[in-house]
Amino acid sequence: RATQEIRERSGQDDICLSVFKDNAGVIRFTDDWSIVFKVETHNSPSALDPYGGALTGIVGVNRDAFGTGLGARLIFNTDVFCFASPFYDKPLPPRLLHPRRIFEGVVEGVEHGGNKSGIPTVNGSIVFDERFAGKPLVYCGTGSIMPREINGRPCHEKQAQIGDRIIMVGGRIGKDGIHGATFSSEELHAGSPVTAVQIGDPITQKRMFDFLLIARDRGLYNAITDNGAGGLSSSVGEMAEDTGGFEMHLDRAPLKYSGLQPWEILISEAQERMTVAVPPEKREVFLTLAAEMDVEATDLGRFTDSGYYHCLYEGETVTWLPMDFLHDGVPQLRIPARWVPPQLSEPELPAPDIAQTLKQLLGRLNICSKECVVRRYDHEVQAGTVVKPLTGVVNDGPSDAAVVRPLLDRFEGVVTAHGICPRYSDLDTYHMTANAIDEALRNYVAVGGKITHVAGLDNFCWCDPVQSEMTPDGDYKAAQLVRSNQALYDYCLAFGVPLISGKDSMKNDYQIGATKISIPPTLLFSVIGRIDDVRLAITMDAKRAGDLIYLLGRTEDERGGSEYYALHGERGAKVPKVDAQRALARYRALNTAQQQGLIASCHDLSDGGLAVALAETAFAGGLGLDISLADMDAPDDLDDAARLFSESASRLLVTVQPDERERFEDLFAGQSCRCLGTVVAAPQLHITGTQGERLAEVGIDDLKAAWQAPLKEM
Amino acid sequence: MAKTVKALVIAGNGTNCEREVAVACRLAGSACDIVHIAELLTGRTRLDDYHFLNLAGGFLDGDDLGSAKAGANRLKEASVRDTTDSLADQLQRFIADGKLVMGVCNGFQLMTKMGLLPALDGDYTTQTVTLTHNDSGRFEDRWTYLAIDPESPCIYTRGLEETLYLPVRHGEGKFYTDKSTLDAIQARHLAPLAYADASGEPTTAYPSNPNGSISAVAGLCDASGRLFGLMPHPEAYLHRTHHPRWTREPGLPEEGMGLWLYRNAVDFIRQELL
Repeated sequence: RATQEIRERSGQDDICLSVFKDNAGVIRFTDDWSIVFKVETHNSPSALDPYGGALTGIVGVNRDAFGTGLGARLIFNTDVFCFASPFYDKPLPPRLLHPRRIFEGVVEGVEHGGNKSGIPTVNGSIVFDERFAGKPLVYCGTGSIMPREINGRPCHEKQAQIGDRIIMVGGRIGKDGIHGATFSSEELHAGSPVTAVQIGDPITQKRMFDFLLIARDRGLYNAITDNGAGGLSSSVGEMAEDTGGFEMHLDRAPLKYSGLQPWEILISEAQERMTVAVPPEKREVFLTLAAEMDVEATDLGRFTDSGYYHCLYEGETVTWLPMDFLHDGVPQLRIPARWVPPQLSEPELPAPDIAQTLKQLLGRLNICSKECVVRRYDHEVQAGTVVKPLTGVVNDGPSDAAVVRPLLDRFEGVVTAHGICPRYSDLDTYHMTANAIDEALRNYVAVGGKITHVAGLDNFCWCDPVQSEMTPDGDYKAAQLVRSNQALYDYCLAFGVPLISGKDSMKNDYQIGATKISIPPTLLFSVIGRIDDVRLAITMDAKRAGDLIYLLGRTEDERGGSEYYALHGERGAKVPKVDAQRALARYRALNTAQQQGLIASCHDLSDGGLAVALAETAFAGGLGLDISLADMDAPDDLDDAARLFSESASRLLVTVQPDERERFEDLFAGQSCRCLGTVVAAPQLHITGTQGERLAEVGIDDLKAAWQAPLKEM
Repeated sequence: MAKTVKALVIAGNGTNCEREVAVACRLAGSACDIVHIAELLTGRTRLDDYHFLNLAGGFLDGDDLGSAKAGANRLKEASVRDTTDSLADQLQRFIADGKLVMGVCNGFQLMTKMGLLPALDGDYTTQTVTLTHNDSGRFEDRWTYLAIDPESPCIYTRGLEETLYLPVRHGEGKFYTDKSTLDAIQARHLAPLAYADASGEPTTAYPSNPNGSISAVAGLCDASGRLFGLMPHPEAYLHRTHHPRWTREPGLPEEGMGLWLYRNAVDFIRQELL
């Protein structure tokens, strides 16, 4: 609904081309190119077989992004994982794999899936919470690019025609992945089948994509879709909506081995297969090209207007179902929900040792360096990655977002970022959602993404929200979902960000015997948009001694759900709240400053608040910072710890050359924009408190060592 | 009108850098076609029509039998439709004609496994060195400094004096061979590139040497200097914005260092082969 309202409001400036109807969403990129983005989850498979589950997660979402419209070339991958600590040392309930094994398997699976497919992995994060021991979350995203038009047709549209041949391309069918879609829609239980997890082969898929791009450009097919969940039963069924029926001969499908029943052929989720609708007169050319390129392609039947979903096996009808029953036959589920705000209170904590606390925070799993994982992903194949995941003086600082130049003869860039903050769900999922949206957008603008040309994707991972004996708090979990969706509507509308695709995964629970583990409600909000000229992109590392340090955005006492409280085993009550109107004005002014070349570095404030952002900016740049908390825009009585560790939303830390001071401040006139101090050559972080006392004086090498230590050996 | 230098990049079966290699060739002043291996095996395209063969990075056949191993066998054994002139024959003729071959990453692995490098005694069919699993045991993406051997016959590094800076992105890049082969390579200066520290000194210390290559070997050429392979990716540094620190080093030239290698190749062809 938000998307529709934004599109109507935008009129001529509407960036959306295809939303929520195809495999992935499509927006405008330039006058002659469009970009596509899709994010999927692959949680249950990754819990049972971390390597296979994650590998299939990435190659599966590749097919979605490829099989949108008439087909799109894949340009980047993103990965976000939610795990329990790899150092988990308590007894594990039956059938759960140790979080470290899941971590290693998933990372390796995505590495093989992404690297071997020749797609750069440009952005991601890893979120840790003990409850993800019950079910890890594996989000895989893929972006792709297509011409606006191809052979005179809009490339983002497709339509199978009556009489078109049903041709399956790519791998063969086996028993792998049978029940994949159904088991992953249940909680993890003692009978969950490991054989439901498919193992993808990226090279077979790469060969298929190479072939299909050529076939697309030669106009050899009218429609394409991937064989993912549900296999042929879904892909052919969906495409047949265009014509109103089909006739498919299951015995013609190539099999990995004999012995499959017709129903198994129909629903197998064996990987790296696409289904295309090929006009009969182009069938021979299509099949010949496939054979030459070593790609298996098989004619299984034809699209009809019979009104029936008709499958045959050796000439005998095995399914004969009216199409309208299949597509409109599912009754709407109604789930009761009741919102009772949780009882929360703010903890009383003694004034901390700032330097010590900062080092502890930097070493928290949610904040520490993920370099061990990032290095294992090829993040620059295709030679388009302009802002890489690691940046700074020795290439090891944490970038906020990725900038990719997909067309090497021009300078427009694609920007992608994400926000995810499940810790806030324990306080209020409404604000969790608002913060996830804001985090994605502030990461996006930090590197130079245009706030007026951005679209969002929502991926919900929830625990079972249906009240039952096993889920006595179902009403509350359902209410959490309602509140989250309310915030999604409110904030997408307020920020003017249309949603172009999304997915939900609702049974992220573990239940064996008396043990039940439910994940915290988690929304991944991903964004894709544009930067007009990649040469104006900004990275987060401090650049030069003498530059001024500005904090954009007001700091409130909002430590509820913060990493600072979590460090002390507390949860707190005051969750950060997002003021979208102020944030939007700030992001717009920041875009202007970036276009005018006034910004030397820009880093978002998130987990760990100002203190962590200062430390990261300093050590990524190999420079010191000398700042004071006295002039911050904050309530007068806010103490130093709150100023440093509050996680108030929509804030950014920016460094600016002293010559540009006036022009920069003019752009932010009337907004929250305060100079905190300067970048210095001496490699130390100096923090002066509100009363003028020295709060911390700590070497950036020490800070970096603390930040790099936890996962270094993974 | 001056004749055109013609380059080709072979694609398919798991290559993934062909597009940027083609961009590099074109920026260096050559025409360039990306040719799917099927085009060569059907005989519609022939190597004879080109001067500069590029074997791009990727994972040929998934590297499932070791990097580029299956791909090497495929190229050595594959027949071309309707002719007895196999692809291997075309390739040997290409080399004998004094044309240029460059392999990057998986393309370098392919060249060593086919025996194209270092081809010590003019034998371009027997494998004498290998590129195997990194000492770290995993795939890594990181930028590396590369010292150039000024005495190498390598066409591609000719006249270059600065230490190069290029990314490696591989799991199997550790150069390894027996002592006598290594001695011969060094005596004849057939290792034009060595992993180096930031000051330009060759090193075997991780992570400057990212994979544990013996003698820090990062690239090899044959005695003619026309066949060249390297693990780092020159096509990944064609423009200032490819450099990992372009936002903090204002003096960086617009053109990336990787382009220098392609330009040397194209200039050589223009002078010697047209």
